Amino acid sequence: MKRTASERDGGGRRETGLSAYVGSAISIITNDGRHILGTLKGFDQVQNLVIEGSRERVYSPDEGVETLELGLYLMRGDCIAVVGELDEEADAEIDLPSLKAHPIGDVLH
Amino acid sequence: MLFYSFFKTLTGKEVTVELKNDLAITGILHSVDQYLNIKLNEIKVVDEAKHPHLLAVKNCFIRGSVVRYIQLPQDAVDTDLLHDATRREARNAA
Repeated sequence: MKRTASERDGGGRRETGLSAYVGSAISIITNDGRHILGTLKGFDQVQNLVIEGSRERVYSPDEGVETLELGLYLMRGDCIAVVGELDEEADAEIDLPSLKAHPIGDVLH
Repeated sequence: MLFYSFFKTLTGKEVTVELKNDLAITGILHSVDQYLNIKLNEIKVVDEAKHPHLLAVKNCFIRGSVVRYIQLPQDAVDTDLLHDATRREARNAA
C-alpha cells in the first residue's frame, strides 16, 4: 500500500519542504485563485514546481466544475499559495458535475 | 528568527491559518521553516460549503508569503515570555 506523505516524514526531523509530496498527487491553489491538480515531479527552495499531468478545475456558482487538461506545467513559486496532498480516493467520490462554488479569490498582498 | 522559534514551539497544536485570499484553514501544525512556510495535518477549511476546493486534501503546505493571520490556541502561548523576548530582540537590534 502507498504511504501518505504524513506517514513518510512522521519519523525523524519535521520537514517543511515539499519532498514528502514528490511523486504524489497534489492540489495547488495559485495566487490568482486557480485550482490545479497533478503529480509533483520536482520543486526547489522557492517552491517552483514541476507538475505532470496537470489539470485545472474551474468553479462557477451556477454550473458544475469544468476540468481543463493542461499537461506538463512548471509553476513559479511566487504565484503559489497552497500545495495540498490529494487523497485520490476521497477525490474520486466528489461529484464534480454537480459541485457549484465561487472560485477562490485572488491573493491581495 | 524569534517568530520562527516561537512557531516551532507550537508544532502539534491546532491552529487556524487565514490566507490573503480569505481562505481559512484549520489543522494541526506539523512544521514551519525560516520563511514561515507552514505545513498542516488533518486540515479542514473553515467555510467548507463556500470553499469545497480542498475537500480531498488531508495535509498541506502553505507558502509563508500568503499568510495573513495565524490564530493560536491561547493556552499554548506564554504571552509574558513572548513579550520579554520581543523586547529583548528589539533592544539588540537597536
